[in-house]
Amino acid sequence: MLEFQILLPAILNGLATGAVYALVALGLTLIYGVLHIVNFAHGSLLMLALYGVYFLYTLLGIDPYLALPIVVPAMFALGYALQRAVIATASHGREENILLVTLGLSIIIDNFALYLWSADTRTINPSYAFSTVDFGGAFIAVPKVVSFVGALVVTGLLWLLIQRTDLGKAIRALARERQGAQLVGIDVDHIYAMSFGIGIACVGAAACLLLPSYYAHPGVGENFVVIAFTVVVLGGMGSFAGALVGGFVIGLTESLGGLFLGENLGKIGVFVIFIAILLFRPTGLFGQRA
Amino acid sequence: MSRPYRSITRRSILAGAGGAAITAIAAPAILRAQAKSVKVGIIHPVTGGVSYSGTQSRAGALMAVEDINGKGGIKSLGGAQIEALLSDAQSKVDVAVSEIEKYNEAGVSAIVGGYASFLCLATTQAAAKHDIPYVVDVGTDDRIIAAGLTNTFRFSPGYGVFVKTAVPALKDINAAAGSPAKTAVIVHEDSAFGTGTAGLLSKELPGIGIEVLDVIKHPTPTLDFNNIVLTIKAKNPDIIIPANYYNEYVILARTMLQQKLRPKAIYSVLGGGASQYKFVKEFPEAAQFIMDCNHWFNPKNPAALDLKKRIEAKDLFYTYEVFLNYNAVMLLAEALERAASTDRAKITAALASSTWSGHFMPYGPTKFENGQNTGARGVNLQVQDNDIKVILPTEFANAKAVFPMPT
Repeated sequence: MLEFQILLPAILNGLATGAVYALVALGLTLIYGVLHIVNFAHGSLLMLALYGVYFLYTLLGIDPYLALPIVVPAMFALGYALQRAVIATASHGREENILLVTLGLSIIIDNFALYLWSADTRTINPSYAFSTVDFGGAFIAVPKVVSFVGALVVTGLLWLLIQRTDLGKAIRALARERQGAQLVGIDVDHIYAMSFGIGIACVGAAACLLLPSYYAHPGVGENFVVIAFTVVVLGGMGSFAGALVGGFVIGLTESLGGLFLGENLGKIGVFVIFIAILLFRPTGLFGQRA
Repeated sequence: MSRPYRSITRRSILAGAGGAAITAIAAPAILRAQAKSVKVGIIHPVTGGVSYSGTQSRAGALMAVEDINGKGGIKSLGGAQIEALLSDAQSKVDVAVSEIEKYNEAGVSAIVGGYASFLCLATTQAAAKHDIPYVVDVGTDDRIIAAGLTNTFRFSPGYGVFVKTAVPALKDINAAAGSPAKTAVIVHEDSAFGTGTAGLLSKELPGIGIEVLDVIKHPTPTLDFNNIVLTIKAKNPDIIIPANYYNEYVILARTMLQQKLRPKAIYSVLGGGASQYKFVKEFPEAAQFIMDCNHWFNPKNPAALDLKKRIEAKDLFYTYEVFLNYNAVMLLAEALERAASTDRAKITAALASSTWSGHFMPYGPTKFENGQNTGARGVNLQVQDNDIKVILPTEFANAKAVFPMPT
């Protein structure tokens, strides 16, 4: 059972899955860190992005990876608009309202998708879907390798954006101290919406990287949202490094859990980690105390 | 301050649109409301884990309702139209049961549908409480029939029949090639259908000289089959036998191809994807030469091919869910015609004495014993060159088995 030939691919697959989890969680953690919004609509927006990628491929013949420059800005715009027009407006600045608004949004988006596109599972079959890369006897699907690299690149770019640009500086200032940021002339509403937009843009990137090895379905967001929350809690709410490490840990746990305990019990490890973190280290691995 | 009229704001429009979308999904939609009609409940899991099959099932049932109503309705009831009350079981047992209670209150004369075994088990019992005649469309778990409910009728075969067909057929296919297959691994989903099928198969296979090396179960949905495929690879069986629903079947087959796992045969009993044109069309490479013992229409019956054309014209795939539901509704319509009544007991009696031969399945006229259509059978299929061919029994076959799979 513990043969290297099985263990190695399981580990590599876990890392590849983990990178995508990290990317989804990154958006979630950014939105939480800056806006203190627990975004329940995150999974639904990922689902919308997956459909976007799907239709770009089937209707216009645009490869999912080449769709990145279309889907990412589109999701950014959607996120920006959602924050300014819906979430900020409907929540009146109260956190419990925001919670309900994002939850409501997710229900509306999911059911709207079901109405528009039915419950059909939609997959694409690009020429490289079945190609694999041989890592010392472990066959890893090309889309998984691409999504691993892609997720790391996007994370790196996001880090640069936050650390090296004026926008990043403003976002960090706002996350620290809202009033102070306002005093030095930062347009708070604009930066809030920018942060939400960037968080949703991450989901757009994740969708482009995911679809070649995955599928679009109105309920697909649910599969990710719980995992993404676990990753964020594990890494520490608001921490980028935490989201990345958390993503890998959860991806590995899921993959190895599935291997050793069977697919039925495989996910148990993920939730054991979730509960243990809440019990023993509620701020997460890289989280700062409030 | 009271406001006599609500001003139209962006928010109220959003709230209204969201509300309307949800109501449309939650409430049973009444398709045709006319003075003289027979209310028939049509229940399927249109959302949730098995939603693809549920949606396909509903399409088939509605096609039959359309045909019956278009040809003048139920003549013995003065041309009464069938009024289809659509329900979504959401792939959840509790929801399915409460939908049956709603049907009872709405006064339906009969129910058709269910699709998944775990849903059928619950819905047939709920319907039995109110003596509502229930035609099970697919639900292959034999406990649905073994419960002895007098209201329950299954037109299609249960998995007991499939195993009895599939195991000797596999023996024949293997023997014809000089018996190269000696070992198998079974992969099944963990609800009633997969567990039951896997249990029966692991008992029967040693009898034809095939050793079962492992039985691997997984939940629905399962998103990643890499671990399962790696485990199978380590066991290196001659035959892989999947018993799961569509999404999982497809991911499993794709992963096997990626991990370069090429057994002598992929042989399913009621394989969720093996007999689906959708799978064959979208992943021809992964589907090629997969064998399955499943529900299928008689490929030599023109009515079956005619319906296939009409379904495909609607941009749908012609799946077993579609044609089984079509026939299930037609079976009920024929019983209604003879019962000449909307009374539940009279319809139940008419179904029990049914000798209907107007269907296009490879079954012969219907004959119900304890609710099971005894003539119902499955056939053996194989994906060959982007089409699904019948390979056994020979009287319906339109191709010969390719075994072992060329590598």
